[in-house]
Amino acid sequence: MVTMTSAGTVHPLWLRLTHWANVLAVVVLVTSGWRIYDASPIFAFRFPAGITLGGWLGGALLWHFAAMWLLAANGLLYVALNLASGRFARRFLPLRARDVLHDFVAALKGKLAHDDPWHYNAVQKLAYLFVVLDSALLVLSGLVVWKSVQFPVLRELMGGFDNARVVHFVAMAALVAFVVVHLAMVALVPKTLLMITRGR
Amino acid sequence: MRKPKKRLDLDETAIVGAALKSLPAPARRLFLRQTLTLGGLSLLSGCTLIDEDAAERALMKVSRFNDRVQAWLFDPNRLAPTYPESMLTRPFPFNAYYDRDEVPEVDADSYRLEVGGLVADKHAWTLAELYRLPQTDQVTRHICVEGWSAIGKWGGVTFATFLKRVGADLTAKYVGFKCADDYFTSIDMATALHAQTLLTFTYDGRTLPPEYGFPMKLRMPTKLGYKNPKHITAIFVTNVYPGGYWEDQGYNWFGGS
Repeated sequence: MVTMTSAGTVHPLWLRLTHWANVLAVVVLVTSGWRIYDASPIFAFRFPAGITLGGWLGGALLWHFAAMWLLAANGLLYVALNLASGRFARRFLPLRARDVLHDFVAALKGKLAHDDPWHYNAVQKLAYLFVVLDSALLVLSGLVVWKSVQFPVLRELMGGFDNARVVHFVAMAALVAFVVVHLAMVALVPKTLLMITRGR
Repeated sequence: MRKPKKRLDLDETAIVGAALKSLPAPARRLFLRQTLTLGGLSLLSGCTLIDEDAAERALMKVSRFNDRVQAWLFDPNRLAPTYPESMLTRPFPFNAYYDRDEVPEVDADSYRLEVGGLVADKHAWTLAELYRLPQTDQVTRHICVEGWSAIGKWGGVTFATFLKRVGADLTAKYVGFKCADDYFTSIDMATALHAQTLLTFTYDGRTLPPEYGFPMKLRMPTKLGYKNPKHITAIFVTNVYPGGYWEDQGYNWFGGS
C-alpha cells in the first residue's frame, strides 16, 4: 500500500527542504503583506504594526517582491518533484468525497487516527491539496495586483484590479487558517515536527 | 495625501514622506534600515545574526533584478483598460508627499518646460507651444503603490510624439523628470514610448488643476502613481540611471505593469 522511499524515511530530503523553504517564504510574504495591506486596507481593520515586516510600505514591498521568487521557485520544484517521484499519486490518490466526509466526522469526534506518518487520512489529503491550490491562487492573484496590464486574461478572471486585491487577501486568510490548524495538529502529534525536519 | 471619505483615512505614506522631508540624509538612511525589523523588534529577537546593511543591500539588488524582469515582461503593444466617463472616480483623490495646502503654484505665463540630455532640440517650451501639439485624451485607472485605485480622464499629447518632436535619442535608456515641488522620478524608454503614455495638460476636460499637477503631469496607466510626475519643469533623456524621490528610498524603480 505504501512504498517506502528509503528505510525508515517518512519524508524524502527534497520534501523536507522545500517544506522549510516554503515556511520561510510564507512567513516573509504574509507579514510583509500585512504591512502592505495596512497602507490602504480593504476592510475596516488594520494589522498591528508589531506583527508586520518591513517597517514601512517601501520596506514591506522590498521583502514581498524578494520572497515571491522563493515561493514561486520552491513551489514549482515541490510540484515537479511530487509528480516526477510518484509521491503525489502515492500520497494523495485516491481522494474520495465520501472518505473526506467520513474522516472529517471522525476527526470532530476525536476518533480520527492521524499519527501514522506513512498514511494521510482523507482530511489531510484534502487539506494539503487545498493549500497547494490556494498558494497557486495567491500567486495568480498576486500577478494581477503586480502586473495588471500585462496579464489581461488573469485580470478579468480575478474580476479586475480592485477585486484581485480582495482575492489575494482572502487566499492569504485561507492560507493562514490552514497554518493555524496545521500547527495545532503538530502540537497534538509533536513527532511530526521531527519527521518533517530529519525525515523520520 | 487625502482620499475620498469612503476610504479609511490612511496618510501613512504622506506622513512618512513629510517625516523624511524633515530629516537629514543620515536619518533617512536609519529609517530605511528599519525595513529589516519585524515591527521595530530585531528580526531574530535581538540577535545580530543578520547584518542589516547587508540584508538591505541584498533586498535592493533583488529590486534591481525585478526591474530587469519587468522590462522583459513589458509588452509595448499591451494596452491598459480604458473606461467610460460614467466610471470616473469623483472626486478624484489628491495625492502627493505633502499636504494639499503645499501644492506648488506655477505661473502659467512665465512657465518654461526645459528639455535636455540626449535630445536635438533643447529649446524651452512655453505652455502655448505645448498646447498646440496634437491633443488626445483617455479614461484610465490610476493605481497607487498603497493599493487603492481611481479612474480619471487626462488629456494631452502622446509622449512619444513629444519625444520625436524634440529629436530625443529613442535608443537611450531613461527619461528623467524634475518637478516644481522638488519631486523627481525617471522611467524606462519603452514605457515613455507606450501609446498610452501622455504628457497631459487637462483633467476631465478642464485645465489640469494645481492639485492634480498644473501645468502638466506625465500620465502612464501602465505605471503606479509615484511614477507619474506632476508639475513637471524639466524633462531629460539619458543613459545614466536618474533614480527618483521614492525610488531612492526603496520603492521599486520600474514600478508598474
